[in-house]
Amino acid sequence: MTSAEIRDEILDILSDIAPDEDLSGLEDSKSFREQLELDSMDFLDIVMELRKRHRVQIPEEDYGHLASMGSTVTYLEPKMRDIVAA
Amino acid sequence: MTLRDCTHELPDDQRIVMTSVGLTSPNGHNLEMYRESLVAGRSGVKDYNIRYVGDTHAGICEFEAVKYQSRRDMRRGTRAGTVGIWSAGEAIARSGLEWANVDKSRVGIYVGITEHGNVETENEIYSIKQYEYDTTYWSHHHNPRTVANNPAGEIALNLGITGPHYTIGAACAAGNAGIIQGVQMLRLHECDIAIAGGVSESVHTFGIFASFKSQGALASNADPTKASRPFDTDRNGIVVAEGGCLYILERLSDAKARGATVLAEIVSYAINTDATDFVLPNPERQAQCVRLALKRGKLNADQIQIVSTHATGTTSGDNQECEALRDVFAGCKGVRFNNTKSFIGHTMGAAGAIELAGNLPAFQDRVCHATINVDNLDPKCALDGLVINQPQELDRVDYILNNSFGMLGINSVLIVRRF
Repeated sequence: MTSAEIRDEILDILSDIAPDEDLSGLEDSKSFREQLELDSMDFLDIVMELRKRHRVQIPEEDYGHLASMGSTVTYLEPKMRDIVAA
Repeated sequence: MTLRDCTHELPDDQRIVMTSVGLTSPNGHNLEMYRESLVAGRSGVKDYNIRYVGDTHAGICEFEAVKYQSRRDMRRGTRAGTVGIWSAGEAIARSGLEWANVDKSRVGIYVGITEHGNVETENEIYSIKQYEYDTTYWSHHHNPRTVANNPAGEIALNLGITGPHYTIGAACAAGNAGIIQGVQMLRLHECDIAIAGGVSESVHTFGIFASFKSQGALASNADPTKASRPFDTDRNGIVVAEGGCLYILERLSDAKARGATVLAEIVSYAINTDATDFVLPNPERQAQCVRLALKRGKLNADQIQIVSTHATGTTSGDNQECEALRDVFAGCKGVRFNNTKSFIGHTMGAAGAIELAGNLPAFQDRVCHATINVDNLDPKCALDGLVINQPQELDRVDYILNNSFGMLGINSVLIVRRF
């Protein structure tokens, strides 16, 4: 997956987790929590969905990398580089 | 004519009234629609397919859930929670209460459930099967979804209620039990407003269907609207249904003070136990429960005009209830018996509350809705006064008695009066 494809995948996961939110103006450099109503259970949903969809394992000590779209994509890029986008 | 019962001996702050009701039923998502379907003889049962069990029938509720709940919370919570939130939201909206000014710490939530957690547990096991039962794929939402207080807790979260909330597990007597709990808490002044009744999400668990099927108690019919047929010789079991029904209960003194419309006054109730079998009912105990409710209400059997029966469409259950009712109401010419499950199936935890609700408009229109699908009345169920297939207009309706029984031998009876 390319960085752009990973970003699209995260957006798709977020649209499931936060179906009432408008994600069209999401800024990659700002934290998710600044822009969306997400709590710790929602972040665990992101982790779970990545695990279920792509078998990507994210250790608990790395959860901090999921703070923003930018940091999430940067963190996931090496983990998802060899995954072929659906 | 003045109605004489136990309420004459109670001060207004011990008399409990129903001032609103919110509900969703397979044949109507508010009281008016639901009542209209019952009087018109319209079933809400449809064909249904659920994993592993396959084709069957069920009563499914259709309501605009997003009216009271965000899609995010719907995803995070349970169907029972959503049904409860709809029912509570509708009850409040129709109550005349200025909700913004209500002290939320003085509101109690008492929700009857037959079971809870089966849906989510089945879903998670189904899900992790795809991952070779690796439990790291098990949802972190499982525990908050399956704790037994979940449906009541979701209502509290949704409405910002900080008073007590919990569920009452009472098998299929739970709807009545939830109301009874609300009455008791109001009388104890544990709360000022009780949101009480029952909910069910059981149509989403294959285990309920499979268990009834294994027991030989799951209804089947070429026409789904004919599948639920209590008292008919061709009945062959239960139609599982979802539903919710929550009342706003208040002390009469409070209802009067705010000029509330009163749907009914709760005159009496009783709960007892067969202690004889896991599944099979005991007509002697059922009759004792009905008599206990009448006695507490200082009522004679012939003062009741409508008895809402519990009958589910199983041979033994229907026969046993009729035996109990024949015993209690022998010689009572004015009493009429009907059955709501024949229209909507068995709404499990909601049944007691929702079946009563469909009868409440009879206090105004004096119409006793029927029991439908009785093509050949089982002689063992031929109660004098059984209203079959067509509604009956009565001279007056002062008291309604509501039966609701459940597995492990729990029996519940609620008596309400015209106000």
